[in-house]
Amino acid sequence: MAEEVKLMKGNEVIAEAAIRCGCDGYFGYPITPQSEVMETLMYRKPWEETGMVVLQAESECASINMVYGGASTGKKVMTSSSSPGISLMSEGLSYLAGAELPALIVNVQRGGPGLGTIQPSQSDYNQACHGGAHGDFNLIVLAPASVQEMNDFVDLGFELAFKYRNPAMILADGAIGQMMEKVVLSPIKPRRTEQEIIEQCGDWALTGKSADRNRNIVTSLELDSAKQEIFNRKLQAKYQTIRENEVRYEALNCDDAEYLMVAYGSSARICEKTMELAREKGIKVGLLRPITLFPFPTKQIKEIGGRMKGILSVELNAGQMVNDVRLAVECKVPVEHFGRMGGIIHSPEEVLEALTKIVR
Amino acid sequence: MANFEVEKTPENLVYAKPRLITDNTMHYCPGCSHGVVHKLVAEVIDEMGFQDKTVAVSPVGCSVLAYNYIDIDWVEAAHGRACAVATAVKRLNPEKLVFTYQGDGDLVAIGAGETFHAANRGENIAIIFINNAIYGMTGGQMAPTTILGMKTETCPYGRTPEQHGWPVKISKILSELNGVCYATRQTVYTPAAVRKAKKAIRKAFENSLNKKGTSIVEIVATCNSNWKMTPEDANTWMEANLFPEYPLGDIKDEAAK
Amino acid sequence: MAKIKGTVVVDTERCKGCNLCVVACPSKVLTLSKQVNGKGYSYCTMANPDDCVGCASCALVCPDSCLTVYRQKDPSAN
Repeated sequence: MAEEVKLMKGNEVIAEAAIRCGCDGYFGYPITPQSEVMETLMYRKPWEETGMVVLQAESECASINMVYGGASTGKKVMTSSSSPGISLMSEGLSYLAGAELPALIVNVQRGGPGLGTIQPSQSDYNQACHGGAHGDFNLIVLAPASVQEMNDFVDLGFELAFKYRNPAMILADGAIGQMMEKVVLSPIKPRRTEQEIIEQCGDWALTGKSADRNRNIVTSLELDSAKQEIFNRKLQAKYQTIRENEVRYEALNCDDAEYLMVAYGSSARICEKTMELAREKGIKVGLLRPITLFPFPTKQIKEIGGRMKGILSVELNAGQMVNDVRLAVECKVPVEHFGRMGGIIHSPEEVLEALTKIVR
Repeated sequence: MANFEVEKTPENLVYAKPRLITDNTMHYCPGCSHGVVHKLVAEVIDEMGFQDKTVAVSPVGCSVLAYNYIDIDWVEAAHGRACAVATAVKRLNPEKLVFTYQGDGDLVAIGAGETFHAANRGENIAIIFINNAIYGMTGGQMAPTTILGMKTETCPYGRTPEQHGWPVKISKILSELNGVCYATRQTVYTPAAVRKAKKAIRKAFENSLNKKGTSIVEIVATCNSNWKMTPEDANTWMEANLFPEYPLGDIKDEAAK
Repeated sequence: MAKIKGTVVVDTERCKGCNLCVVACPSKVLTLSKQVNGKGYSYCTMANPDDCVGCASCALVCPDSCLTVYRQKDPSAN
């Protein structure tokens, strides 16, 4: 079959990719700058096409709990929101992780704190990657840098979520969500049948207690501390497996580089231009773009960054990922941060200026 | 007087522990109404032949561990979110019997938004609502349904409207919504009341399956431990004090029309 | 008088001695034991077994599903 190529907005493509990957349900609540996700779904009416359920909830709190309910029955369910809405969902994220439920959450970030701004930001990095809710847990976090990756990561997010029975998050930002680009749409996958769900998830999903199995219980409650600790260790072991197997990153011009920029999402795209400008000036700089923020490419940054004279972590925030970069190189290489805040996107020239300051 | 030994044979059996009630000893206090309502739910599901087609949502509150007692698939919701959880379970599994089992704190306080909107959308779910006018699990604090003058740990001198507002009659409020097809108040403190409550639960479950909309079965219940009474006295107190505030009977029954 | 008789079998370990069955019984058949079970509860027992008509009122209000009720017509009646 010929490739389907379209010009689409990042948010629209999330909706399209959801339908195409056999998603069973979307539950959301409007918030700028991601409202086009649900708008597109409602316009597309996938319930007529694939049977996918789309529901506008009364709040983000309700929508994430609808995701929890849908996921408990083994269905492929998702939601999307933007920063303040994700804060409201944090309770649900913790419960999803605690009950080991697969689900996909899309965060099209805007600047904070509080209501903040409706312009692009990456200031939810710590929230997404370092907790953001109670209890020891991790989300699988994917950071798209293009509309194409918005498309690709919907299917990938579900795949990883089900593989590890863990919620996965697409951590995008307002720029990627709102920008229009060429995108090659994914091939259409049918939704799984009831029988397939029973075969694949029957040992935990709520498909109805049949005579041939014990009742399934989806819960994150364990009143016996000894048992809860065993469960905590199991979760941590799972996260370790994810760290060992699922790191994704892109390294550009790192082989001959003396300096390294680390950036993800829309910030990484700006850094590509900065890299061009810097190399024209004779500064040998490379770019390492984490694609998975959890698991973080710690080993790769240690290996590549370890041989650099200096590293610049470029983020649309006050400096969050920079700490993970410092930990990765064990502070053996100087690591600085550059970033604008408040919804301002830095220019390649601004990044170049910051880079020039670390060049000795 | 009949002078013979009753033979304990299946044909003479009148009543036994419902088949779907597990052998786990319930953690509820002696005399707690939860156990009776659990039995009714288990009996109705079994009589309808729906053990393999039911997904239940347990709340946070005393009945958080309901999944240990009824042998069906369960999902345990975050505090107050049961109706949102049930919404998705039912929408994605329209042929399943889906119900929530919630207390007054869970359903009326922290979960008021989720409850109201699920009911307003007319989700085809049944809500089993235990109203004992107090927070049980956390040790007897004021609930939205605590009646005026009633003493709890957080209104030790009695609930006053000036400080705490008025008791919420949630079933009445929900009955005003177009999405709600059935709203009823029942109780389980006498054999006759137990039989009536069972019929109400069956009707609510049938509404869910027949896609009639949201049903709420409020069970006006006791919490003798936190009321600091014997189970027997708690029943008497409930009759004298809760029934006037929460009158028993059907508030709305669209399905009957 | 109809010669129908009932009997109640108590799962004494499950019983928590809440006394609700004792109150519910119209024939005053039941009482709480002087002995206690493994959990320290006095449990339901038949004090006047001959008065039981097997109406199951006790079992209906029992929160802990510990009562099993049987009922039988007098086999010598006909």
